[in-house]
Amino acid sequence: MTTADYLLLVIGMGLVTYLPRWLPLALLTRRQLPEWLVTWLEFVPAAILGALLAPALVATGEPRRLDLLRPELFAAMPTFIFAFKTRSFAGTVVVGMLAFWLIGLLV
Amino acid sequence: MERELTDDLPVPHRKAVSAGLRAAWPICLGYFPIGLAFGVLAGKAGLTPWETGLMAILVFAGSAQFIAVAMLQAGVSVLPIVITTFMVNLRHLLMSSSLAVHLQGAGGRFLGMFAYGVTDESFAVNMARFRSGEWDRWRALVVNQAANFVWICCCVAGTYAGQFIPARAFGIDYALTAMFICLLVFQLHNRLYVIIALVAGAVSVLLYLALPGNIYVVGGAVTAATAGFALKRRYAGSGRKADDNS
Repeated sequence: MTTADYLLLVIGMGLVTYLPRWLPLALLTRRQLPEWLVTWLEFVPAAILGALLAPALVATGEPRRLDLLRPELFAAMPTFIFAFKTRSFAGTVVVGMLAFWLIGLLV
Repeated sequence: MERELTDDLPVPHRKAVSAGLRAAWPICLGYFPIGLAFGVLAGKAGLTPWETGLMAILVFAGSAQFIAVAMLQAGVSVLPIVITTFMVNLRHLLMSSSLAVHLQGAGGRFLGMFAYGVTDESFAVNMARFRSGEWDRWRALVVNQAANFVWICCCVAGTYAGQFIPARAFGIDYALTAMFICLLVFQLHNRLYVIIALVAGAVSVLLYLALPGNIYVVGGAVTAATAGFALKRRYAGSGRKADDNS
């Protein structure tokens, strides 16, 4: 790939990444949103986090298979409990890393 | 370094910077191994540090960058890579829509800068803080830009030194997962949100196993948010509240 092609590539990638990030902000911050949309959007963070996390905990990447014995899932249990009990952001990250590291040493 | 940068700013801005940085550190920590790994891969695919940095600056999206480099290495041409990037990053539509609720009335230039830093990670951190009421858009912007800065540095550093960093050291690979777990817990305000998260997880795993690409994130999230919406409607309609704090 030539330098010109590469420039074209990253500029194109940049544009198609930036637009979905920017458009909703530009369109939705200037007007009163309908109540149903606000209600629906309120559920989006919990939904996105659930959708991001679940496959990372219970499935492998290439090839994609269900695997309930992953260190990621075992480490998630103490992490989840700690987050629930303490509601500490920093503490949870540290506990999660420690749990994952220790499980990695054992397995 | 951060200190010197903020010394000239009026006090509220300094507060925003320090609060933003305090919220952003797990993201930065988590970006460290991923950014370095990306740099190593980019180097192997024949990209120079300069080209790698340019991609990180212009695109700033982890999964899209990884896929692009893999496609580059396979000799795929420009257009298919750009289209794939678009598909991979469509989920940001959903995140920015959700963030827009908290950015009402912000100026065009602010939104332009803010949009640049919308990622899975900054979205999750900022939404949790916005919801708890201790947040404003300047702090959120600091989170976005700090994460962005660390990402670019790590990508470039990876092309030089990534192969010397031991993999999996101290569980650092798990930093982002642990952060997402904590932020998910913060989002579980009542039973309805627990149901939504479970539905999202189940649908997303099914889609992840059944379909290629990362449509599973958007598919799982939209299904679950809509299911939650329907549940809330239904219980509000029959005079019972599904989302009281019981």
